[in-house]
Amino acid sequence: MLIAIVVGIGVVLTHQSMPSIQKFGLSFWRTEIWDPVAGEFGALPFIWGTLYSSVLALLIATPIALGIAVFISELCPAALRQPLVFVTELLAAIPSIVYGLWGIFVLVPAVRSLETSLPDNVRKLPLFSGPPLGLGMLSAALILAIMVIPFISSISREVLKSVPPAQREGAYALGATRFEAIRAALFYARTGIIGAVMLGFGRALGETMAVTMVIGNNPKISASLFAPQYTMAAVVANEFAEAADDLYLSALVEIGLVLFIITLIINSLSRLLIWSMARTEAIVAEPVEAEATV
Amino acid sequence: MITPTGRRKLISSLFVAFCAGAVLLALIPLALVLFFVISQGIRSLNLAFFTHMPTPVGESGGGMANAIVGTLMLSGLAGAMAIPIGIVSGIYMSEYAGTRFAALVRFAADTLNGVPSIVIGLFAYVVAVLPFKQFSALAGGFALGIMMIPIIARTTEELLLLVPGTMREGALALGATRARAVFSVVLPAALPGIVTGVVLALARIAGETAPLIFTAFNNRFFSTSLREPISSLTVQVYTYATGPYEDWHRQAWAGALVLVSIVLICSLLARLATRRLERMHARG
Repeated sequence: MLIAIVVGIGVVLTHQSMPSIQKFGLSFWRTEIWDPVAGEFGALPFIWGTLYSSVLALLIATPIALGIAVFISELCPAALRQPLVFVTELLAAIPSIVYGLWGIFVLVPAVRSLETSLPDNVRKLPLFSGPPLGLGMLSAALILAIMVIPFISSISREVLKSVPPAQREGAYALGATRFEAIRAALFYARTGIIGAVMLGFGRALGETMAVTMVIGNNPKISASLFAPQYTMAAVVANEFAEAADDLYLSALVEIGLVLFIITLIINSLSRLLIWSMARTEAIVAEPVEAEATV
Repeated sequence: MITPTGRRKLISSLFVAFCAGAVLLALIPLALVLFFVISQGIRSLNLAFFTHMPTPVGESGGGMANAIVGTLMLSGLAGAMAIPIGIVSGIYMSEYAGTRFAALVRFAADTLNGVPSIVIGLFAYVVAVLPFKQFSALAGGFALGIMMIPIIARTTEELLLLVPGTMREGALALGATRARAVFSVVLPAALPGIVTGVVLALARIAGETAPLIFTAFNNRFFSTSLREPISSLTVQVYTYATGPYEDWHRQAWAGALVLVSIVLICSLLARLATRRLERMHARG
Protein backbone atom coordinates (compact mmCIF):
# COMPACT_ATOMS: atom_id res chain seq x y z
CA MET A 1 0.00 0.00 0.00
CA LEU A 2 2.68 2.46 1.06
CA ILE A 3 4.83 1.50 -1.88
CA ALA A 4 1.86 1.83 -4.20
CA ILE A 5 1.21 5.35 -2.95
CA VAL A 6 4.78 6.50 -3.52
CA VAL A 7 4.89 4.98 -7.01
CA GLY A 8 1.36 6.26 -7.65
CA ILE A 9 2.31 9.83 -6.87
CA GLY A 10 5.14 9.67 -9.37
CA VAL A 11 3.04 8.10 -12.12
CA VAL A 12 -0.01 10.32 -11.66
CA LEU A 13 1.99 13.54 -11.58
CA THR A 14 4.02 12.53 -14.62
CA HIS A 15 0.86 11.69 -16.53
CA GLN A 16 -0.76 14.97 -15.61
CA SER A 17 2.24 17.06 -16.59
CA MET A 18 2.64 15.43 -20.01
CA PRO A 19 1.08 18.34 -21.96
CA SER A 20 3.56 20.76 -20.51
CA ILE A 21 6.52 18.38 -20.84
CA GLN A 22 5.70 17.77 -24.49
CA LYS A 23 5.12 21.41 -25.29
CA PHE A 24 8.13 22.96 -23.58
CA GLY A 25 10.58 20.12 -23.08
CA LEU A 26 13.72 21.17 -21.29
CA SER A 27 13.28 24.84 -22.08
CA PHE A 28 10.67 24.88 -19.32
CA TRP A 29 13.54 24.76 -16.86
CA ARG A 30 15.85 27.11 -18.75
CA THR A 31 13.67 30.12 -19.44
CA GLU A 32 12.77 32.69 -16.89
CA ILE A 33 9.60 34.29 -18.16
CA TRP A 34 6.49 33.20 -16.30
CA ASP A 35 3.49 34.76 -17.95
CA PRO A 36 0.42 32.52 -17.72
CA VAL A 37 -1.76 35.00 -19.58
CA ALA A 38 0.49 34.91 -22.61
CA GLY A 39 0.98 31.17 -22.22
CA GLU A 40 4.69 31.47 -21.52
CA PHE A 41 5.97 29.20 -18.81
CA GLY A 42 9.60 29.26 -17.66
CA ALA A 43 10.31 27.76 -14.29
CA LEU A 44 13.85 28.96 -13.73
CA PRO A 45 12.89 31.71 -11.24
CA PHE A 46 11.19 29.14 -9.00
CA ILE A 47 14.18 26.81 -9.04
CA TRP A 48 16.41 29.73 -8.20
CA GLY A 49 14.17 30.95 -5.41
CA THR A 50 13.77 27.49 -3.92
CA LEU A 51 17.49 26.71 -3.93
CA TYR A 52 18.53 30.17 -2.76
CA SER A 53 16.11 30.25 0.17
CA SER A 54 16.88 26.67 1.24
CA VAL A 55 20.66 27.04 1.07
CA LEU A 56 20.49 30.31 2.95
CA ALA A 57 18.25 28.73 5.57
CA LEU A 58 20.69 25.86 6.01
CA LEU A 59 23.62 28.25 6.37
CA ILE A 60 21.79 29.86 9.27
CA ALA A 61 20.30 26.70 10.73
CA THR A 62 23.16 24.19 10.60
CA PRO A 63 25.54 25.79 13.14
CA ILE A 64 22.69 26.55 15.52
CA ALA A 65 21.16 23.08 15.18
CA LEU A 66 24.53 21.38 15.73
CA GLY A 67 25.16 23.59 18.74
CA ILE A 68 21.83 22.53 20.19
CA ALA A 69 22.51 18.86 19.49
CA VAL A 70 25.93 19.03 21.14
CA PHE A 71 24.59 20.96 24.08
CA ILE A 72 21.75 18.55 24.72
CA SER A 73 23.70 15.34 24.19
CA GLU A 74 27.11 16.25 25.60
CA LEU A 75 27.08 19.31 27.77
CA CYS A 76 23.84 19.95 29.58
CA PRO A 77 22.97 18.58 33.01
CA ALA A 78 20.78 15.49 32.86
CA ALA A 79 17.84 17.21 34.52
CA LEU A 80 17.68 19.77 31.72
CA ARG A 81 17.89 17.25 28.91
CA GLN A 82 14.27 16.07 28.67
CA PRO A 83 12.71 19.54 28.90
CA LEU A 84 15.08 20.86 26.22
CA VAL A 85 14.27 17.96 23.93
CA PHE A 86 10.58 18.64 24.45
CA VAL A 87 10.95 22.34 23.72
CA THR A 88 12.94 21.86 20.52
CA GLU A 89 10.37 19.32 19.38
CA LEU A 90 7.66 21.85 20.06
CA LEU A 91 9.40 24.11 17.57
CA ALA A 92 8.78 21.39 14.98
CA ALA A 93 5.18 20.83 16.04
CA ILE A 94 3.92 24.37 15.44
CA PRO A 95 1.91 24.36 12.20
CA SER A 96 3.57 26.09 9.29
CA ILE A 97 0.56 28.36 8.79
CA VAL A 98 1.15 29.75 12.29
CA TYR A 99 4.78 30.49 11.39
CA GLY A 100 3.49 32.17 8.27
CA LEU A 101 1.05 34.34 10.20
CA TRP A 102 3.76 35.30 12.66
CA GLY A 103 6.07 35.92 9.71
CA ILE A 104 3.69 38.37 8.04
CA PHE A 105 2.84 40.42 11.09
CA VAL A 106 5.99 40.23 13.24
CA LEU A 107 9.04 39.04 11.31
CA VAL A 108 8.47 40.95 8.07
CA PRO A 109 8.06 44.36 9.77
CA ALA A 110 11.16 43.61 11.83
CA VAL A 111 13.15 42.71 8.72
CA ARG A 112 11.82 45.83 7.00
CA SER A 113 13.06 48.12 9.75
CA LEU A 114 16.39 46.30 9.70
CA GLU A 115 16.58 46.88 5.94
CA THR A 116 15.80 50.59 6.18
CA SER A 117 18.31 51.06 8.96
CA LEU A 118 21.22 49.84 6.82
CA PRO A 119 23.60 52.61 5.79
CA ASP A 120 23.39 53.77 2.18
CA ASN A 121 26.75 52.49 1.02
CA VAL A 122 25.84 48.96 2.19
CA ARG A 123 22.52 49.21 0.40
CA LYS A 124 24.40 49.73 -2.86
CA LEU A 125 25.81 46.19 -2.74
CA PRO A 126 23.93 43.78 -5.02
CA LEU A 127 23.24 41.54 -2.01
CA PHE A 128 21.17 44.26 -0.37
CA SER A 129 19.76 46.11 -3.37
CA GLY A 130 16.15 46.87 -4.02
CA PRO A 131 13.42 48.56 -2.03
CA PRO A 132 13.20 47.57 1.64
CA LEU A 133 9.89 45.74 1.55
CA GLY A 134 10.51 43.27 4.31
CA LEU A 135 8.75 40.65 2.21
CA GLY A 136 11.49 38.78 0.43
CA MET A 137 14.35 36.34 0.48
CA LEU A 138 15.74 37.27 3.89
CA SER A 139 12.43 36.80 5.70
CA ALA A 140 11.85 33.50 3.91
CA ALA A 141 15.29 32.18 4.78
CA LEU A 142 14.93 33.19 8.42
CA ILE A 143 11.58 31.50 8.81
CA LEU A 144 12.82 28.39 7.01
CA ALA A 145 15.84 28.28 9.30
CA ILE A 146 13.60 28.36 12.37
CA MET A 147 11.54 25.54 10.92
CA VAL A 148 14.39 23.17 9.99
CA ILE A 149 16.49 23.65 13.15
CA PRO A 150 14.50 21.09 15.16
CA PHE A 151 14.82 18.46 12.40
CA ILE A 152 18.57 18.81 12.01
CA SER A 153 19.21 18.98 15.73
CA SER A 154 17.09 15.98 16.68
CA ILE A 155 18.71 13.71 14.09
CA SER A 156 22.22 14.97 14.89
CA ARG A 157 21.47 14.24 18.51
CA GLU A 158 20.55 10.65 17.66
CA VAL A 159 23.69 10.31 15.59
CA LEU A 160 25.88 11.71 18.37
CA LYS A 161 24.27 9.31 20.78
CA SER A 162 25.49 6.42 18.64
CA VAL A 163 29.13 7.50 18.86
CA PRO A 164 30.77 4.98 21.22
CA PRO A 165 31.75 6.52 24.58
CA ALA A 166 35.22 5.06 24.10
CA GLN A 167 35.84 7.70 21.42
CA ARG A 168 35.30 10.54 23.85
CA GLU A 169 36.98 8.83 26.77
CA GLY A 170 39.99 8.13 24.61
CA ALA A 171 40.19 11.79 23.64
CA TYR A 172 39.90 12.93 27.25
CA ALA A 173 42.51 10.38 28.30
CA LEU A 174 44.90 11.95 25.81
CA GLY A 175 44.39 15.27 27.58
CA ALA A 176 41.91 16.79 25.14
CA THR A 177 39.79 19.73 26.18
CA ARG A 178 36.03 19.44 26.01
CA PHE A 179 35.95 21.08 22.60
CA GLU A 180 38.59 18.75 21.22
CA ALA A 181 36.81 15.65 22.52
CA ILE A 182 33.50 16.78 21.04
CA ARG A 183 35.23 17.67 17.81
CA ALA A 184 36.49 14.09 17.67
CA ALA A 185 32.95 12.80 18.29
CA LEU A 186 31.54 15.10 15.61
CA PHE A 187 34.19 13.95 13.18
CA TYR A 188 33.35 10.35 13.96
CA ALA A 189 29.67 11.08 13.33
CA ARG A 190 30.24 13.15 10.19
CA THR A 191 28.32 10.95 7.72
CA GLY A 192 25.27 10.93 9.94
CA ILE A 193 25.45 14.66 10.48
CA ILE A 194 25.71 15.33 6.76
CA GLY A 195 22.64 13.11 6.39
CA ALA A 196 20.82 15.16 9.02
CA VAL A 197 21.64 18.42 7.25
CA MET A 198 20.46 16.98 3.94
CA LEU A 199 17.21 15.89 5.52
CA GLY A 200 16.78 19.47 6.69
CA PHE A 201 17.49 20.60 3.13
CA GLY A 202 14.71 18.34 1.85
CA ARG A 203 12.32 19.86 4.37
CA ALA A 204 13.29 23.38 3.43
CA LEU A 205 12.83 22.73 -0.30
CA GLY A 206 9.26 21.55 0.14
CA GLU A 207 8.08 23.94 2.83
CA THR A 208 5.12 25.78 1.45
CA MET A 209 2.82 27.91 3.53
CA ALA A 210 5.20 29.92 5.69
CA VAL A 211 7.44 30.69 2.73
CA THR A 212 4.54 31.63 0.48
CA MET A 213 3.39 34.14 3.05
CA VAL A 214 6.69 35.98 3.48
CA ILE A 215 8.78 35.63 0.31
CA GLY A 216 6.83 38.20 -1.72
CA ASN A 217 5.89 35.90 -4.61
CA ASN A 218 7.59 37.60 -7.52
CA PRO A 219 9.01 35.40 -10.28
CA LYS A 220 12.20 37.44 -10.86
CA ILE A 221 15.68 36.04 -10.42
CA SER A 222 17.71 38.25 -8.12
CA ALA A 223 20.75 37.82 -5.91
CA SER A 224 19.45 40.39 -3.44
CA LEU A 225 18.36 39.26 -0.01
CA PHE A 226 15.75 41.98 0.03
CA ALA A 227 14.11 41.21 -3.30
CA PRO A 228 10.75 39.47 -3.30
CA GLN A 229 11.11 36.12 -5.05
CA TYR A 230 9.19 32.89 -5.52
CA THR A 231 9.64 29.19 -4.79
CA MET A 232 8.38 26.06 -6.52
CA ALA A 233 6.10 25.08 -3.65
CA ALA A 234 4.79 28.62 -3.30
CA VAL A 235 3.83 29.01 -6.95
CA VAL A 236 1.87 25.78 -6.87
CA ALA A 237 0.08 26.80 -3.67
CA ASN A 238 -0.76 30.26 -4.95
CA GLU A 239 -1.74 29.72 -8.53
CA PHE A 240 -3.07 26.19 -8.76
CA ALA A 241 -6.62 26.86 -7.62
CA GLU A 242 -6.85 29.75 -10.08
CA ALA A 243 -5.17 28.10 -13.04
CA ALA A 244 -7.83 28.09 -15.70
CA ASP A 245 -6.45 26.39 -18.80
CA ASP A 246 -4.99 22.91 -19.04
CA LEU A 247 -1.52 23.96 -20.08
CA TYR A 248 -1.21 26.24 -17.05
CA LEU A 249 -2.37 23.42 -14.75
CA SER A 250 -0.01 20.95 -16.30
CA ALA A 251 2.92 23.37 -16.00
CA LEU A 252 2.22 23.71 -12.28
CA VAL A 253 1.93 19.94 -11.90
CA GLU A 254 5.29 19.59 -13.64
CA ILE A 255 6.83 21.92 -11.06
CA GLY A 256 5.31 19.72 -8.36
CA LEU A 257 6.66 16.61 -10.06
CA VAL A 258 10.19 17.96 -10.12
CA LEU A 259 9.88 19.01 -6.49
CA PHE A 260 8.78 15.46 -5.72
CA ILE A 261 11.73 13.94 -7.54
CA ILE A 262 14.27 16.30 -5.96
CA THR A 263 13.03 15.68 -2.42
CA LEU A 264 12.89 11.94 -3.15
CA ILE A 265 16.54 11.89 -4.17
CA ILE A 266 17.69 14.07 -1.28
CA ASN A 267 15.72 12.09 1.29
CA SER A 268 16.96 8.74 0.00
CA LEU A 269 20.55 9.93 0.02
CA SER A 270 20.32 11.29 3.53
CA ARG A 271 18.64 8.12 4.85
CA LEU A 272 21.39 6.14 3.22
CA LEU A 273 24.05 8.21 4.97
CA ILE A 274 22.32 7.93 8.35
CA TRP A 275 21.79 4.20 7.89
CA SER A 276 25.36 3.54 6.84
CA MET A 277 26.46 5.40 9.95
CA ALA A 278 24.16 3.27 12.10
CA ARG A 279 25.37 0.06 10.42
CA THR A 280 29.11 0.60 10.85
CA GLU A 281 28.21 1.52 14.38
CA ALA A 282 26.54 -1.80 15.05
CA ILE A 283 29.50 -3.69 13.64
CA VAL A 284 32.05 -1.82 15.73
CA ALA A 285 30.03 -2.13 18.90
CA GLU A 286 28.75 -5.68 18.65
CA PRO A 287 30.62 -7.65 16.00
CA VAL A 288 29.04 -10.96 16.99
CA GLU A 289 25.45 -9.81 16.85
CA ALA A 290 25.96 -7.90 13.66
CA GLU A 291 27.24 -11.01 12.02
CA ALA A 292 24.35 -13.08 13.28
CA THR A 293 21.76 -10.74 11.74
CA VAL A 294 23.52 -10.78 8.36
CA MET B 1 50.91 36.10 26.39
CA ILE B 2 48.50 33.17 26.34
CA THR B 3 50.08 29.76 26.67
CA PRO B 4 49.04 27.09 24.15
CA THR B 5 47.16 25.24 26.89
CA GLY B 6 45.40 28.42 27.90
CA ARG B 7 44.44 28.99 24.31
CA ARG B 8 43.00 25.52 23.99
CA LYS B 9 41.03 25.98 27.17
CA LEU B 10 39.77 29.32 25.92
CA ILE B 11 38.61 27.81 22.62
CA SER B 12 36.90 25.06 24.55
CA SER B 13 35.02 27.49 26.78
CA LEU B 14 34.04 29.58 23.77
CA PHE B 15 32.67 26.45 22.13
CA VAL B 16 30.62 25.53 25.19
CA ALA B 17 29.31 29.08 25.29
CA PHE B 18 28.42 28.88 21.60
CA CYS B 19 26.41 25.70 22.12
CA ALA B 20 24.50 27.14 25.05
CA GLY B 21 23.97 30.28 23.00
CA ALA B 22 22.56 28.20 20.13
CA VAL B 23 19.94 26.75 22.45
CA LEU B 24 18.95 30.20 23.66
CA LEU B 25 18.89 31.48 20.07
CA ALA B 26 16.47 28.72 19.07
CA LEU B 27 14.28 29.41 22.07
CA ILE B 28 13.84 33.05 21.09
CA PRO B 29 11.68 32.43 18.00
CA LEU B 30 9.67 29.80 19.88
CA ALA B 31 9.01 32.23 22.71
CA LEU B 32 8.19 35.03 20.26
CA VAL B 33 5.80 32.92 18.22
CA LEU B 34 4.00 31.67 21.31
CA PHE B 35 3.92 35.14 22.84
CA PHE B 36 2.35 36.77 19.79
CA VAL B 37 -0.08 33.95 19.10
CA ILE B 38 -1.29 33.96 22.68
CA SER B 39 -1.39 37.70 23.25
CA GLN B 40 -2.95 38.53 19.87
CA GLY B 41 -5.16 35.49 19.87
CA ILE B 42 -6.65 35.96 23.32
CA ARG B 43 -7.77 39.45 22.46
CA SER B 44 -9.86 38.20 19.56
CA LEU B 45 -10.95 34.86 20.90
CA ASN B 46 -14.48 34.80 22.26
CA LEU B 47 -17.45 32.52 22.33
CA ALA B 48 -18.67 33.86 18.99
CA PHE B 49 -15.50 32.55 17.39
CA PHE B 50 -16.63 29.02 18.10
CA THR B 51 -20.34 29.41 17.51
CA HIS B 52 -20.76 31.99 14.74
CA MET B 53 -20.22 31.90 11.02
CA PRO B 54 -17.91 34.23 9.13
CA THR B 55 -19.57 37.57 8.47
CA PRO B 56 -19.65 39.24 5.04
CA VAL B 57 -16.66 41.44 4.24
CA GLY B 58 -16.86 44.78 6.04
CA GLU B 59 -18.96 43.58 8.93
CA SER B 60 -17.05 42.92 12.10
CA GLY B 61 -17.59 40.04 14.48
CA GLY B 62 -18.44 36.54 13.44
CA GLY B 63 -16.48 33.39 13.97
CA MET B 64 -15.17 30.25 12.42
CA ALA B 65 -17.75 27.68 13.45
CA ASN B 66 -17.79 26.21 9.97
CA ALA B 67 -14.00 25.99 9.83
CA ILE B 68 -13.79 24.24 13.20
CA VAL B 69 -16.34 21.65 12.14
CA GLY B 70 -14.48 21.35 8.84
CA THR B 71 -11.15 20.68 10.50
CA LEU B 72 -12.73 18.06 12.74
CA MET B 73 -14.37 16.36 9.78
CA LEU B 74 -11.25 16.41 7.64
CA SER B 75 -9.14 14.99 10.45
CA GLY B 76 -11.77 12.33 11.07
CA LEU B 77 -11.80 11.34 7.40
CA ALA B 78 -8.02 11.24 7.31
CA GLY B 79 -7.93 9.12 10.44
CA ALA B 80 -10.53 6.70 9.11
CA MET B 81 -8.34 6.16 6.08
CA ALA B 82 -4.89 6.24 7.64
CA ILE B 83 -5.30 4.45 10.97
CA PRO B 84 -6.15 0.99 9.58
CA ILE B 85 -3.64 1.18 6.73
CA GLY B 86 -0.94 2.66 8.93
CA ILE B 87 -1.32 0.14 11.72
CA VAL B 88 -1.40 -2.83 9.36
CA SER B 89 1.74 -1.56 7.58
CA GLY B 90 3.38 -1.07 10.96
CA ILE B 91 2.52 -4.61 12.03
CA TYR B 92 3.92 -5.92 8.78
CA MET B 93 7.18 -4.01 9.16
CA SER B 94 7.74 -5.23 12.70
CA GLU B 95 6.60 -8.82 12.14
CA TYR B 96 8.67 -9.29 9.03
CA ALA B 97 11.52 -7.05 10.14
CA GLY B 98 14.70 -8.04 8.38
CA THR B 99 13.06 -9.18 5.17
CA ARG B 100 13.80 -7.31 2.02
CA PHE B 101 10.18 -6.39 1.40
CA ALA B 102 9.72 -4.98 4.90
CA ALA B 103 12.79 -2.83 4.34
CA LEU B 104 11.22 -1.62 1.11
CA VAL B 105 7.97 -0.75 2.91
CA ARG B 106 9.94 1.11 5.57
CA PHE B 107 11.82 2.99 2.89
CA ALA B 108 8.53 3.91 1.19
CA ALA B 109 7.13 5.15 4.50
CA ASP B 110 10.16 7.34 5.14
CA THR B 111 10.05 8.64 1.60
CA LEU B 112 6.35 9.44 1.81
CA ASN B 113 7.01 11.20 5.09
CA GLY B 114 9.51 13.46 3.36
CA VAL B 115 7.33 14.31 0.35
CA PRO B 116 6.37 17.99 0.56
CA SER B 117 2.77 18.42 1.61
CA ILE B 118 2.02 20.56 -1.42
CA VAL B 119 2.96 17.64 -3.68
CA ILE B 120 0.56 15.40 -1.76
CA GLY B 121 -2.06 18.05 -2.41
CA LEU B 122 -1.35 17.93 -6.16
CA PHE B 123 -1.62 14.15 -6.12
CA ALA B 124 -4.96 14.27 -4.28
CA TYR B 125 -6.17 16.91 -6.71
CA VAL B 126 -5.44 14.75 -9.72
CA VAL B 127 -6.86 11.59 -8.13
CA ALA B 128 -9.82 12.87 -6.15
CA VAL B 129 -10.82 16.26 -7.56
CA LEU B 130 -10.17 16.17 -11.29
CA PRO B 131 -12.34 13.09 -12.06
CA PHE B 132 -15.34 14.61 -10.24
CA LYS B 133 -14.68 18.16 -11.36
CA GLN B 134 -15.36 19.39 -7.86
CA PHE B 135 -13.43 20.28 -4.74
CA SER B 136 -14.68 18.16 -1.88
CA ALA B 137 -14.21 17.34 1.78
CA LEU B 138 -13.50 13.79 0.71
CA ALA B 139 -10.53 14.89 -1.41
CA GLY B 140 -9.17 16.93 1.51
CA GLY B 141 -9.51 14.01 3.87
CA PHE B 142 -7.78 11.79 1.32
CA ALA B 143 -4.82 14.17 1.07
CA LEU B 144 -4.46 14.40 4.84
CA GLY B 145 -4.87 10.64 5.16
CA ILE B 146 -1.94 10.03 2.83
CA MET B 147 0.20 12.32 4.96
CA MET B 148 -0.85 10.46 8.07
CA ILE B 149 -0.20 6.87 6.94
CA PRO B 150 3.60 6.90 7.18
CA ILE B 151 3.57 8.60 10.59
CA ILE B 152 1.24 5.98 12.05
CA ALA B 153 3.02 3.11 10.33
CA ARG B 154 6.41 4.09 11.73
CA THR B 155 5.07 4.72 15.25
CA THR B 156 3.28 1.36 15.28
CA GLU B 157 6.39 -0.41 14.08
CA GLU B 158 8.64 1.16 16.68
CA LEU B 159 6.23 0.45 19.52
CA LEU B 160 5.66 -3.15 18.47
CA LEU B 161 9.40 -3.73 18.40
CA LEU B 162 9.56 -2.51 21.99
CA VAL B 163 7.25 -5.27 23.18
CA PRO B 164 9.46 -7.90 24.84
CA GLY B 165 10.05 -10.93 22.63
CA THR B 166 9.25 -13.23 25.55
CA MET B 167 5.58 -12.19 25.40
CA ARG B 168 5.28 -13.23 21.79
CA GLU B 169 7.21 -16.43 22.43
CA GLY B 170 4.97 -17.22 25.39
CA ALA B 171 1.88 -16.92 23.22
CA LEU B 172 3.41 -19.05 20.50
CA ALA B 173 4.47 -21.66 23.06
CA LEU B 174 0.85 -21.89 24.22
CA GLY B 175 -0.05 -22.92 20.71
CA ALA B 176 -1.29 -19.60 19.39
CA THR B 177 -0.97 -19.00 15.67
CA ARG B 178 1.21 -16.13 14.59
CA ALA B 179 -1.80 -13.91 13.83
CA ARG B 180 -3.34 -14.74 17.16
CA ALA B 181 -0.09 -13.94 18.99
CA VAL B 182 0.15 -10.58 17.24
CA PHE B 183 -3.46 -9.50 17.67
CA SER B 184 -4.19 -10.81 21.16
CA VAL B 185 -0.83 -10.39 22.86
CA VAL B 186 1.67 -8.15 21.12
CA LEU B 187 -0.70 -5.48 19.78
CA PRO B 188 -2.61 -4.97 23.05
CA ALA B 189 0.69 -4.56 24.88
CA ALA B 190 1.69 -1.78 22.51
CA LEU B 191 -1.77 -0.26 22.18
CA PRO B 192 -1.48 2.65 24.63
CA GLY B 193 1.61 3.84 22.83
CA ILE B 194 -0.01 3.45 19.43
CA VAL B 195 -3.01 5.49 20.57
CA THR B 196 -0.62 8.23 21.67
CA GLY B 197 1.04 8.12 18.26
CA VAL B 198 -2.32 8.40 16.52
CA VAL B 199 -3.29 11.42 18.62
CA LEU B 200 -0.01 13.12 17.75
CA ALA B 201 -0.47 12.34 14.07
CA LEU B 202 -4.00 13.78 14.16
CA ALA B 203 -2.70 16.94 15.81
CA ARG B 204 -0.04 17.27 13.18
CA ILE B 205 -2.33 16.93 10.19
CA ALA B 206 -4.94 19.21 11.73
CA GLY B 207 -2.31 21.93 11.30
CA GLU B 208 -1.70 21.22 7.60
CA THR B 209 -2.71 23.81 5.04
CA ALA B 210 -0.94 23.14 1.79
CA PRO B 211 -2.68 19.86 0.90
CA LEU B 212 -6.09 21.43 1.47
CA ILE B 213 -5.92 24.58 -0.64
CA PHE B 214 -6.95 22.83 -3.81
CA THR B 215 -8.60 19.67 -2.49
CA ALA B 216 -11.03 20.65 0.27
CA PHE B 217 -10.72 24.25 -0.93
CA ASN B 218 -12.75 26.56 1.30
CA ASN B 219 -16.39 27.22 1.94
CA ARG B 220 -17.95 30.35 3.39
CA PHE B 221 -20.99 28.42 4.46
CA PHE B 222 -21.65 25.72 6.95
CA SER B 223 -21.31 22.34 5.33
CA THR B 224 -21.01 18.77 6.48
CA SER B 225 -21.39 17.28 3.04
CA LEU B 226 -18.54 15.06 1.93
CA ARG B 227 -18.99 16.03 -1.70
CA GLU B 228 -18.93 19.77 -1.19
CA PRO B 229 -15.91 21.99 -0.60
CA ILE B 230 -15.37 22.43 3.11
CA SER B 231 -13.70 25.07 5.22
CA SER B 232 -10.87 24.34 7.62
CA LEU B 233 -9.16 26.34 10.33
CA THR B 234 -5.83 26.40 8.55
CA VAL B 235 -7.10 27.49 5.14
CA GLN B 236 -9.32 30.06 6.83
CA VAL B 237 -6.34 31.47 8.74
CA TYR B 238 -4.41 31.62 5.46
CA THR B 239 -7.21 33.47 3.69
CA TYR B 240 -7.65 35.90 6.56
CA ALA B 241 -3.94 36.49 7.12
CA THR B 242 -3.28 37.37 3.49
CA GLY B 243 -6.41 39.49 3.23
CA PRO B 244 -6.44 43.26 3.61
CA TYR B 245 -8.86 43.74 6.50
CA GLU B 246 -7.95 44.47 10.10
CA ASP B 247 -10.83 42.37 11.36
CA TRP B 248 -9.69 39.39 9.30
CA HIS B 249 -6.21 39.60 10.82
CA ARG B 250 -7.75 39.55 14.27
CA GLN B 251 -9.65 36.40 13.40
CA ALA B 252 -6.54 34.84 11.89
CA TRP B 253 -4.68 35.24 15.19
CA ALA B 254 -7.58 33.68 17.04
CA GLY B 255 -7.52 30.75 14.62
CA ALA B 256 -3.78 30.37 15.10
CA LEU B 257 -4.26 30.31 18.85
CA VAL B 258 -6.78 27.49 18.55
CA LEU B 259 -4.41 25.53 16.28
CA VAL B 260 -1.43 25.99 18.57
CA SER B 261 -3.51 25.02 21.60
CA ILE B 262 -4.55 21.79 19.89
CA VAL B 263 -0.94 20.95 19.11
CA LEU B 264 0.33 21.93 22.56
CA ILE B 265 -2.33 19.99 24.43
CA CYS B 266 -1.81 16.89 22.31
CA SER B 267 1.97 16.97 22.71
CA LEU B 268 1.72 17.45 26.45
CA LEU B 269 -0.78 14.61 26.79
CA ALA B 270 1.38 12.38 24.63
CA ARG B 271 4.43 13.20 26.70
CA LEU B 272 2.65 12.39 29.95
CA ALA B 273 1.34 9.14 28.48
CA THR B 274 4.76 8.05 27.23
CA ARG B 275 6.25 8.80 30.60
CA ARG B 276 3.67 6.64 32.32
CA LEU B 277 4.29 3.90 29.82
CA GLU B 278 8.01 4.03 30.37
CA ARG B 279 7.51 3.76 34.10
CA MET B 280 5.19 0.80 33.60
CA HIS B 281 7.75 -0.94 31.41
CA ALA B 282 10.49 -0.22 33.90
CA ARG B 283 8.45 -1.79 36.66
CA GLY B 284 7.25 -4.73 34.60
